[in-house]
Amino acid sequence: MDRFERQVILPGLGKSGQDKLRKASVLVIGAGGLGCPVLLYLAAAGVGRIGVVDGDEVSLSNLNRQVLFGEKDLGKNKAEQAVAFFQNKYSDINWFAFPEFITVSNAAQILKSYDLIIDGSDNFPTRYLVNDACVLARKPLVFGAIYQHEGQVAIFNIYHHSSNYRDLYPTMPSATEIPNCAQTGVIGVLPGIIGNLMALEAIKWITGLGKVLDNKVLFFNSLSSETYTVEVSPQFKSRAAAPLDWEAYQAMNYELACEGIEQLEWDDAFQRAGHGTLLVDVREPDELPPLVCSVLFKAPLSDFSSYLDQLGDAEAVFFFCQSGIRSQKAALQFKAEYPDKTIFSIRGGINALKTSQFRNG
Amino acid sequence: MENQITVKAFGLVAEKMGLENLLLVNPGTTQELKNQLVKKYPELQSVKFNLAVNKKMASEQTDIPSGAEVALLPPFSGG
Repeated sequence: MDRFERQVILPGLGKSGQDKLRKASVLVIGAGGLGCPVLLYLAAAGVGRIGVVDGDEVSLSNLNRQVLFGEKDLGKNKAEQAVAFFQNKYSDINWFAFPEFITVSNAAQILKSYDLIIDGSDNFPTRYLVNDACVLARKPLVFGAIYQHEGQVAIFNIYHHSSNYRDLYPTMPSATEIPNCAQTGVIGVLPGIIGNLMALEAIKWITGLGKVLDNKVLFFNSLSSETYTVEVSPQFKSRAAAPLDWEAYQAMNYELACEGIEQLEWDDAFQRAGHGTLLVDVREPDELPPLVCSVLFKAPLSDFSSYLDQLGDAEAVFFFCQSGIRSQKAALQFKAEYPDKTIFSIRGGINALKTSQFRNG
Repeated sequence: MENQITVKAFGLVAEKMGLENLLLVNPGTTQELKNQLVKKYPELQSVKFNLAVNKKMASEQTDIPSGAEVALLPPFSGG
């Protein structure tokens, strides 16, 4: 007898299902309120290889829901403590801890060696970042999120025609728009339930048991104990904002994108440039190449606030920099001062400007 | 009553509206419903949410059939 006997005798799972679990590899992003129960049950079920990504440290306020940790773990890295917890528990799982936050720079490398990704992160920029990485890497993604007494669960990206997070929520909410657990509070049981539903989706997908929440999203309300399932379908329009390849992915800034700064291509910028429009270079004076253009205004980011008044006369302002990140920061500052202006950041900055386009300016 | 719809609000949307269920005269389209709701509950202006008509996620412009159930579904980020 082995520790999986009760699963092996289960009709529909059997020895072949158990073998699939043993051969599976799962990456859990975030070892928090959702990640802890996900890890507990995937490990108990016998998933053969599990990676845990989390750059955060355990704090006292985590302990009502992050059930892998106790008082002795305070101040220590969550990914490492989670793995340490399981290494004393089961000898048949291959563990790996990534004691870092997932970013556009490390995502491709971290995702690469896992079959299934599980997102238990706690903020919008990371959710879009993980979703887009899974789309590019063609990895299925189990998604779960909570708000106060409610939760959402889905599985994305398992077939060519599967929907993903951008189909569910095409418009990126700002990181501060929806309060998080730290601000609104949570009973530990809710992430426990949603995390278990996520673990269940993972086990169903790996073993082929039952039906997964593909092109569906399940809502759960812990106060009414009600569930509500909604059908989702791929929306090609909503995917336009997603990066098309890894190079574009690495140039993304998800924190800024969630703040709602719209991006514009150079061709469109030149086409729209005219009366009342300013093309603003936020690079520092020594950066090359210079751009020659009749509606150009130079406002280096290091001293940006001193130019705000002068920029205020324009109706539409297009910001650019070397690669398209600093221009988003400038656009965000400008938007805070002038929320009603037409504001764009030029995608890819001067690096994306082809030699032939210099003449158009 | 003739051509009513049921509106079900979730998460922050329910919080801003102060209720979870609402009966309304069918405004015809999801866009028009959104406009009416924002007018009645101005705080909704600052919340992004998606609408599902009879449990199918809808794009901005979708006709709402008579007697439909429309869910207002904001994203959740917590974990």
